[in-house]
Amino acid sequence: MLPQVLLKNRFDEFVRFLMATSRVAAPVSKGPQFVFDFLHDPKDVGRVRMDYDISILPPKKYLLETHENLLEFAGRDPASAKAAIQSRPTVLLGVHPYDLHAIATADAFFSLAPADPYYQARRAATKLVGVNVQAPANDNQFQADMGTLEPPQGGFELFMTDLGDRYFVEVGSADGAAMMKASGLFVPAGPAEHKSKQNYDRIKAGNFVKKLPYDTRYLPEMLNASYDSLLWEAIARRCFSCGTCTNVCPTCFCFDVQDKLNIDAVSGKRRRVWDSCQLRVFAEVAGGENFREHRASRTRHRMFRKGKYIFDRTGRTGCVGCGRCIYHCVANISILEAFLQIAGEAAEIVSAEPKR
Amino acid sequence: MKAKADAIDHPVESPYLPRIARVADSKKFTDKETWLRIEFPDGAGIQYSAGQFMEVGVFGVGESPISICSGPGHRHDLEMCVRNVGDVTRAISSAKTGDTLAVRGPFGNGFDMDSVAGRDLLFVAGGLGLVPCRSFIQAALDQREKFNRVIILYGARTPADLLFPDDLSAWAKRNDCEFLATVDRGNETWTGNTGVITTLFRKMARIDPVNTVAFIIGPPVMFKFAVLEALAMGMRKTAIYCSLERRMKCGLGKCGHCQIRDIYVCQEGPIFSYAEVIKLREGI
Repeated sequence: MLPQVLLKNRFDEFVRFLMATSRVAAPVSKGPQFVFDFLHDPKDVGRVRMDYDISILPPKKYLLETHENLLEFAGRDPASAKAAIQSRPTVLLGVHPYDLHAIATADAFFSLAPADPYYQARRAATKLVGVNVQAPANDNQFQADMGTLEPPQGGFELFMTDLGDRYFVEVGSADGAAMMKASGLFVPAGPAEHKSKQNYDRIKAGNFVKKLPYDTRYLPEMLNASYDSLLWEAIARRCFSCGTCTNVCPTCFCFDVQDKLNIDAVSGKRRRVWDSCQLRVFAEVAGGENFREHRASRTRHRMFRKGKYIFDRTGRTGCVGCGRCIYHCVANISILEAFLQIAGEAAEIVSAEPKR
Repeated sequence: MKAKADAIDHPVESPYLPRIARVADSKKFTDKETWLRIEFPDGAGIQYSAGQFMEVGVFGVGESPISICSGPGHRHDLEMCVRNVGDVTRAISSAKTGDTLAVRGPFGNGFDMDSVAGRDLLFVAGGLGLVPCRSFIQAALDQREKFNRVIILYGARTPADLLFPDDLSAWAKRNDCEFLATVDRGNETWTGNTGVITTLFRKMARIDPVNTVAFIIGPPVMFKFAVLEALAMGMRKTAIYCSLERRMKCGLGKCGHCQIRDIYVCQEGPIFSYAEVIKLREGI
C-alpha cells in the first residue's frame, strides 16, 4: 500500500481510535526524560510525545515483562500447575526505528526452536506504530553504523514521519493497512508530501554520520580477533557490575526463573524475572564454581553478545546503536568506544602476522 | 488500562509446564547426596540418552537442572542423584517414596553410545561427576557386547563420599570391566588407593590410545588434569568427552545462564568433546 497522510489535528482522534480496541502505550515525558507508558483514558492522549528523543527503557518491557508469570500453582502438587499464557491486544505507539529493529531481533530470538510461546502470544497481540526520528538523541547513538536508521523490512504496522502539520505514514503490514482503513482518518499522500518526505530524509541523512571506521558486517570478526585483548580488563576496571546496561538494552533478553508464593505461603506463581549477565552470580553453579567470575569476562560477554553472538544465532543485529547502555552507565563505559578500539587492535594483529 | 476481561487465554502448551513424577525409591548415599528413582504416573514413560538432564522442581521452592544417572533408552522410570546445596535441592532430597515432583525434560544433546560401538571406553569420574557418568557406564554395561574394553576410574574426597556403593562393588566384581577407585584422604578402614584421580591412570592396564574413547566428568580442576593424562597417553582430542556444568534456568536456550560464547549448553551441550571445549575457551 502506498504511503498515506494523517493530519496532525486528527492525531488525537487516531490514538483514541486505537484505544477503543487495544491498550495503547506511547512515549510520555517523565521529568526531563521520556518513558513508554500506557494511556489510561482518552484525556491521556494529550500526554503523548511523538517528538521524544529516546525512552529510558525500550519498549521491550511490554513484550518481555520485568516479571512475567509462566505458571500458576495451588500448592506443591504439580497437578495443580497451570500455564499462564495470556496476552491482550496492545498497540505500541511511537516506536523509533532502532527499537523496531530490536523487536525484530527479539522476534527472531524467541522464535528459535524451541520457540517461546509466552513471547509469541504477546507479540501476536501487539501492533507497532513506529515514528521517524530526524536527529540523534545524544552523542552515544550510532544507528548509522548498525543499519537501524530506517525501519526493518516488515514486522511493524505503520511508520510515521513528522512533516510539520501532518504525518507521512508508511504501511508495513496488512494489519497496518486495515487499521488505517478502519480509522477513516488517512488520505493518500500527494506529490508535495512525497517531496517533503524526501527533504526530511535528506536532513536526517546529514544528521546521522557513521562513527566506526569499518563496516559493521565485519564487527563479529573484529570482536573475535580481540577476544584475548586487555581491553576487556581495562573496561572491567571501571565497571561496577550493576546491570544497568542490560536493563536498558532493547536486545538483552536474559532472565531468571523464580517461584513467588502468594500470601497464603502455599499457592503462587513460577515467573521469569529480568536478569543480567553482568551480575556476579549469573554464571555461578551449585558447587560455587563461577564460570564468569571475573568482571572482564562479563563485560566481554555482553559486548560479544551485542556485536556477535545474537547476530550469529538470529541473523539480526544484536546492537541497534541506541546508546542507552552508554547514556545510563554510571562508569561511562561505552560499547561504541569498545567497538572503535577493537578496530585498531585488529589492524595490529594483521600487521603483526609474519610476511611470507 | 483495559479490564482484565478482554485478556486472551492461549491454550498453547507451555514448555515450562512440568510432568508429574512420583518418587518410587530413594536412598541417602552420604550426608549430602540422595539417590532417587522416579516414575511417571501418566504411564507414558520417558525416552532419553546418556548425558541428558532434567529440570526438577518443587512448586513454591523452584527448579534446578539435575543430571540423569540411569541407563538411557525408553524407560518407565529414571534415576537421579541430588546434592543438597540449596533450597531446591534440599526440597528434592527430602522427597519421600510416593511424593510427587515436577519434572521437565529430558534436555541437552546427550550422547549416542552407538557412535562408539566397538571402541574401548574409559570412564573417569570425579566426585559428583559420577552421577552423569553413571548414565554412560550403565549404557555400556547394559549392552556390554557392543563395546570392547570398559575401564572405570572413580575418585572421591573420602571413603564417606563414595556414591553408588552397590554399583561400585558390582563393578569391582565383574570380570568384563576394569574398575579402580581412589580417595583423596583415606581412613582406618580404607584399603584402596589414596591420591587424586590422575594417579589411577598409572595403575590401570595400558590402553590403546587410538581405539579408546574417554568420558571425563568431574569438577573443572579434575577435568584439566585428567585430560592432560589422556593426551599424554596418546589419546585424540576428539575422542575425549566431558559434561559441562551450568545452572540452566529454562532448558530452552533462552534465559542465558548456561551460555558459553554463542553456545547454549542446555541445547548444544552438556556433552562436548575436548576439541570443542578448547574452542569455546570459556567452557571449563
